[in-house]
Amino acid sequence: MTVSFNGKKPSRRAVLKGALAAGGAVAGATMARAAGPDPLITQTQPWAQGLGEGVDATPYGLPIRFESDVVRRNVEWLTADTISSINFTPIHALDGTITPQGCAFERHHSGAIELRKEDYRLMINGLVDTPLVFTYEDLERFPRVNRVHFCECAANTGMEWAGAQLNGAQFTHGMIHNMEYSGVPLGTLLKEAGVQTEGKWVYVEGADASSNGRSIPLEKAMEDVLVAFKANGEALRKEHGYPVRLVVPGWEGNMWVKWLRRVEVTDGPVESREETSKYTDTLADGTSRKWTWVMDAKSVVTSPSPQSPITHGHGPLVITGLAWSGHGKITRVDVTVDGGKTWQQARLAADPQDKAVTRFYLDHVWNGEEMLLQSRAMDETGYVQPTKDALRDVRGENSIYHNNCIQTWWVKSDGEAENVEIS
Amino acid sequence: MSKSLKLYGTLTVAAVAMLTGAYNFADRNVVPMPEGADTLVQAEGNIDSMLIAAAHASDAKADGAFGLGRPALPEEIAAWNLDVSPDGTGLPEGSGDVMTGEELFVENCAVCHGDFAEGVGNWPALAGGEGTLADKDPVKTVGSYWPHLSTAWDYVHRSMPYGNAQSLETDEVYAIVAYILYSNYIVEDDFVLSNENFLEVEMPNADGFIIDDRPETEYGRFSEEPCMENCKDEVEITMRAAVLDVTPEEEGATSEEEATAPATDEATDEAAAETDAADEAPAEEAALDPDLVAEGEKVFRKCKACHMVGEGAKNRTGPQLNGVMGRQMAAVDGFRYSATLEDMGEAGQAWDEEALAAFLAKPRDYVKGTKMAFPGLRKDDDIAAVTEYLKSFSQ
Repeated sequence: MTVSFNGKKPSRRAVLKGALAAGGAVAGATMARAAGPDPLITQTQPWAQGLGEGVDATPYGLPIRFESDVVRRNVEWLTADTISSINFTPIHALDGTITPQGCAFERHHSGAIELRKEDYRLMINGLVDTPLVFTYEDLERFPRVNRVHFCECAANTGMEWAGAQLNGAQFTHGMIHNMEYSGVPLGTLLKEAGVQTEGKWVYVEGADASSNGRSIPLEKAMEDVLVAFKANGEALRKEHGYPVRLVVPGWEGNMWVKWLRRVEVTDGPVESREETSKYTDTLADGTSRKWTWVMDAKSVVTSPSPQSPITHGHGPLVITGLAWSGHGKITRVDVTVDGGKTWQQARLAADPQDKAVTRFYLDHVWNGEEMLLQSRAMDETGYVQPTKDALRDVRGENSIYHNNCIQTWWVKSDGEAENVEIS
Repeated sequence: MSKSLKLYGTLTVAAVAMLTGAYNFADRNVVPMPEGADTLVQAEGNIDSMLIAAAHASDAKADGAFGLGRPALPEEIAAWNLDVSPDGTGLPEGSGDVMTGEELFVENCAVCHGDFAEGVGNWPALAGGEGTLADKDPVKTVGSYWPHLSTAWDYVHRSMPYGNAQSLETDEVYAIVAYILYSNYIVEDDFVLSNENFLEVEMPNADGFIIDDRPETEYGRFSEEPCMENCKDEVEITMRAAVLDVTPEEEGATSEEEATAPATDEATDEAAAETDAADEAPAEEAALDPDLVAEGEKVFRKCKACHMVGEGAKNRTGPQLNGVMGRQMAAVDGFRYSATLEDMGEAGQAWDEEALAAFLAKPRDYVKGTKMAFPGLRKDDDIAAVTEYLKSFSQ
């Protein structure tokens, strides 16, 4: 039952490789010359003659079929089944910073449930003056805010601790998405119930069977946590917690409880399964860190990369990637093409936002030389994204979570790329 | 009536409505702002001002500043407020012994976690692993890793068994947790766990955790001004992902055949299913519809997480399915079926198209207490297809 190609269908990489070989003959460092008139220009094409689809052909639009390889992907051997599992955002094929919901990674502990707005209830209880129950409609009547934030699973890049393992930015770094959320500050709801002075934490849980309960210090809950019901302008998708999820800016994705049903104000942490047996980071000596909530600054080159090889000839090449920090704004991203001997400052596409993904570009001239591509993010606290060796010096190889190391792609002279480690 | 006429009709109505609105606004000026609404607008970004403004809302149901929501009833809080803290807060009265726990465990948990809590396949082991946390591959179980017993009780109580959460009685949870402790050599076989002695159980790795120390151990070290030039003399590749070759192949639409498929997730599924076809090459019988078999193979992707079929198929979370059509129910050696299915098999019932269709449509209705967590196939076409596919593995 192993997955392998049967020869009928070439992989995208194989197809692209063919294109490179064909294009390589005419494309050089200087502008390519046409061998003859291009029939796509000189002949009338069917799309220029006939008619396209009418409106309403697709009441809710999907990506055009030519983009059907830009999808979430799962690594089957990682988990026992797909119900308690994770898949990966195709970051190698996206640009800009906003992740479309339809290809934003999913992580479920007991499957993506279907919960109607009409059946939705949110309870606030525990150390409050008045325990309250809200309907979905109630939540929509509170003053609302819009904010863009990244959500990164603590296990993103977790398979790479012991060595280069998965060949693609989607698989090494795709447990992340970045969306614009509309919702109500959790602090507003907590004030509505009246937090008592003994209350120091909140315990948040979902309506699914796993409940995925997590404890969050009250200070964070009041500071910037959102009870969100829209993402990128539309309702949350089922797989992202429809109708309501928690947004915990800058903190590990497991705390962003989906299908949020209850917020309990407590005097201490509950120490649930998800914050003791999982999402704790074991160090080399066998002791483990807990409460490692913040996602430190991190970046990755998304193209070129193993799933996004260079398919054009020599000359201008756009090197691009993503950077983010759970501590605040990205301030700078450096890129090296020679494995870290020399670095250049990349161009940030827009003003970095707080605890949100920033897009960077390095406009490079490539003449077919091999490259060891890396990116290195810095954030407003002065933190500099460490190398994998520097992280392993502190933590060993067994912490699973919070691997924010510098990633290396080996780009070969034919434009193909591979995930490697370097000295 | 043509579409354009309809459009004009709508426009006319809209125009009349606008004019009426304008008249009302200009001449009569009777559209009042809601009380406090102007304050709300001005106070954007200032929650406190908004709280004051909204405190005057006339339809206040609760005591809060916005008056939204309603007080939670004690029964409602009791139904949802189930979490148990390390100090025992939230723990209900009750008890359970190791031996009862073993029976319950084998019945409810062993399908994934193994008879001895050792874990089946990729499912979590709950016992063993003591002394391995500093090893190259630590084995993290309730015994070797979990710092608090409350976590185990709470999780079993609220989220297990997988696919049938919150079906266990309080005493059953105590018994199962007692058995998990026993399988980790933390208690003896005559042990009875209860809310009375709960806090006396010592978890082996209780002192194995420290609070996040990255600010002290890492942030200083990782905040030095980074090198930009002449940072190192030589660079060598020390490890390559291609050597390990564990990356899933891409299943994208590239060929013409795929490019004409609808651009949905199904396109990818199709590609993946076809990818598998070469390996499985079922021994097709003359009577089988090859298209339907192929269709069924795609549907079977949903089943693959738990079931194997074909050459070398073994029992996993679910029994292997070679020759399932026509076979007596609950007949695969070495698989522990639910009591109901065992009874059905002993009564002489066999899997035919009708039985399989009923089971696959609503597994829990057809076999009460089935261990199959899968909720069922919604489409009759899918059921027919997967049935045809399974028939292709008759022996």
